[in-house]
Amino acid sequence: MAGKTVSLFIQCLVDTMFPQVGEAMVAVFDRLGVPLAYPAGQTCCGQPAWNSGYRREAAAAARHFIEVFEGAEVIVCPSGSCVHMVRHHYPELFEDDPAMAAKARAVAANTFEFTQYLVDVLGVTDTESRFSGSVTYHDSCHLSRGLGIAMQPRTLLGNVRGLKLIEMRDSDTCCGFGGTFSVNYPEISTAMVDEKIENILATGADGVVGCDISCLMNIEGRLTRRGEKVKVLHIAEILAGLRGGDQ
Amino acid sequence: MKTSSPSTYREAAVAGIDSAQLQKSLQGLQNRFGKGAMELWAGMADQEMRDRVKESRMKTFEHLDIVLAELAKNVRARGGQVHFAVTAQDAVNYTLAVAKKNEVKRVVKGKSMTSMEVDIDPALEQEGIEVVETDLGEYIIQLAGDRPSHIIAPCIHLNRNQIGRLFTDKLGIDFTEDPPTLTMAARKALREKLLTADMGLTGCNLACAETGMISLVSNEGNIRMATTMPRVVVALMGMERVVATMAEHRETLQLLTRGAALQKLSTYVSFLGGPASKDDPDGPREFHLVIIDNGRSRILADPEFREVLACIRCGACLNICPVYGKIGGHAYNSPYCGPIGAVVTPLLDGINKHADLCKGETLCGACKDICPVKNDLPRMLSALRHKLAYGSDRWNTRQHNPAEARAFRVWRLLVTRPFLYRTLIGLGRIVQRPFIGKEGTIRKMAGIAAGWTAGRDLPPVARRTFHQLWKEKYAGNRPTAPTIETPEEK
Repeated sequence: MAGKTVSLFIQCLVDTMFPQVGEAMVAVFDRLGVPLAYPAGQTCCGQPAWNSGYRREAAAAARHFIEVFEGAEVIVCPSGSCVHMVRHHYPELFEDDPAMAAKARAVAANTFEFTQYLVDVLGVTDTESRFSGSVTYHDSCHLSRGLGIAMQPRTLLGNVRGLKLIEMRDSDTCCGFGGTFSVNYPEISTAMVDEKIENILATGADGVVGCDISCLMNIEGRLTRRGEKVKVLHIAEILAGLRGGDQ
Repeated sequence: MKTSSPSTYREAAVAGIDSAQLQKSLQGLQNRFGKGAMELWAGMADQEMRDRVKESRMKTFEHLDIVLAELAKNVRARGGQVHFAVTAQDAVNYTLAVAKKNEVKRVVKGKSMTSMEVDIDPALEQEGIEVVETDLGEYIIQLAGDRPSHIIAPCIHLNRNQIGRLFTDKLGIDFTEDPPTLTMAARKALREKLLTADMGLTGCNLACAETGMISLVSNEGNIRMATTMPRVVVALMGMERVVATMAEHRETLQLLTRGAALQKLSTYVSFLGGPASKDDPDGPREFHLVIIDNGRSRILADPEFREVLACIRCGACLNICPVYGKIGGHAYNSPYCGPIGAVVTPLLDGINKHADLCKGETLCGACKDICPVKNDLPRMLSALRHKLAYGSDRWNTRQHNPAEARAFRVWRLLVTRPFLYRTLIGLGRIVQRPFIGKEGTIRKMAGIAAGWTAGRDLPPVARRTFHQLWKEKYAGNRPTAPTIETPEEK
């Protein structure tokens, strides 16, 4: 499968703490024969500043992002909330600057979340992946509510050989991450992730899968602190077959 | 606005989280009403109704002065009296004057958040006037000397055992946990008050300019009694409660009762528009409508926040918010709690004063989906944070956290300079070493990050970032990325 060259937009948390997720994405695209590029100047999309109200700083990050990515044929990112930032908030940030706003809109329209790109753009619903075990799926907020992406990951997971998907209760309820919220209001954040964890555990699944590493980092951080054995996986890792349930 | 509790948002939130009983109540509430409303919206035959009502609300705001003048004219034509109150104090003064002129000794209230906003009860009580809430939930709260914790279900934080003990203590009945028995005890006590009250004091769910009538919804019939038995009735109305036409009123009311209690129509809808007359002998001798601004004009004038006035106070956003679902209503320290309270309280009562309400949510967006008029509360929370980040003259707001502002200025330097950014990641990898535990995670950190590690582990910076792995493992034999050549990357 040739076609457009995908410029990888690797979320800062994936880059620094979960590089295996980026590698998994590369593996999936390589298997599909999708040409890849990695614009080396990329840093952070600006979401932390935006969420905290620091719009000038967010705009600076956005400007940098647009400069780095504006020549890209298509931009794909393994994070729903970062794509939501680019798609929905970049154009808002430059409302008073028509030239930048036009560039922001162009980049926004050209930026896709990983599973969205696979299913909706490439039409790939089966990545011919294997996984041995059962997983449950967490709908992250900006992915499901903000971008309307809920069926794409489920479709992909449904076609993974050996994988059993068990839906959890309230899969689309927020995990309590919320960016700086998680450090400013740790008690509330922890209470929320505890409820998420109860719902995960109730499925009896071996692992929990999602498309946003920030939510997954929150869930995993609490799971390991509580001493739970449930594995936490980004969907790219499953599709790449890099980590398995009991492999 | 009354803000009686000195505890901060975080402290009160922890108290709510630690109450097993509150957690159970909130879970029950959200499972029934939050999910119920989402199902109701999804299954509604007329999928355009919510957008239509929102549009009509926003259209009304474009000429609110004219619509309110029409309302006042039509109420006056029926013999009612209308007062425009600029401030809460103004509304209180007017109501007190009406009470004094009529030698009122006892006031019976219909459930009203606006009456709490202007803080009318203490003012009446200071004049020796007895004030009795007649909504069962509000009555329980009043007997307990407590504060409501939900817009529609004010005593959701109390269970039947607590209410049983309260009634034994305050009403002198034998202890029981049986809800019907408790309700009958309250009914008996309230009937006596309702039959002997001199003044009824209510809020206003909607006011219709075309008919000059206000409407009040209830499921207990208390509002009907409170507005027909006493000699005098005063209705307190936020100035944004108005709809222009009866047709708009009908649809807005349908959304209100659905959002609030999943009802196609509440058990009672009372229409009030003036005193009793020859043609309509039931009703009070005097009817007063107090139309309150109290900060609403400032919201109306700001396009960023005007949308919040479209709220119909159904409380549905409380029934789905995962933060409210953990902390309960008291933490918001305002008559308006939950997501709507988090937006409207700072706007009415001070953004700095209520900074925690602006910042204490995850912006998950559930409130926007459930809102009958699709108010974008997350967008407005984000806009409030923007005011806090830099300060705002328009909103008399000062920069909330200068240290945080400095941190983000440094962050800006890093994310716009890839070389610096990469250098810092490398530095982080070294600095983190002493903090990494046996399991390979960071279990305890200082400063701001302590909030994370208090209850969660943190993964360390990886040995190789993806940026490095790409260069080492993947970059060969691939098309070069069309990228800017920043000086650092050359």
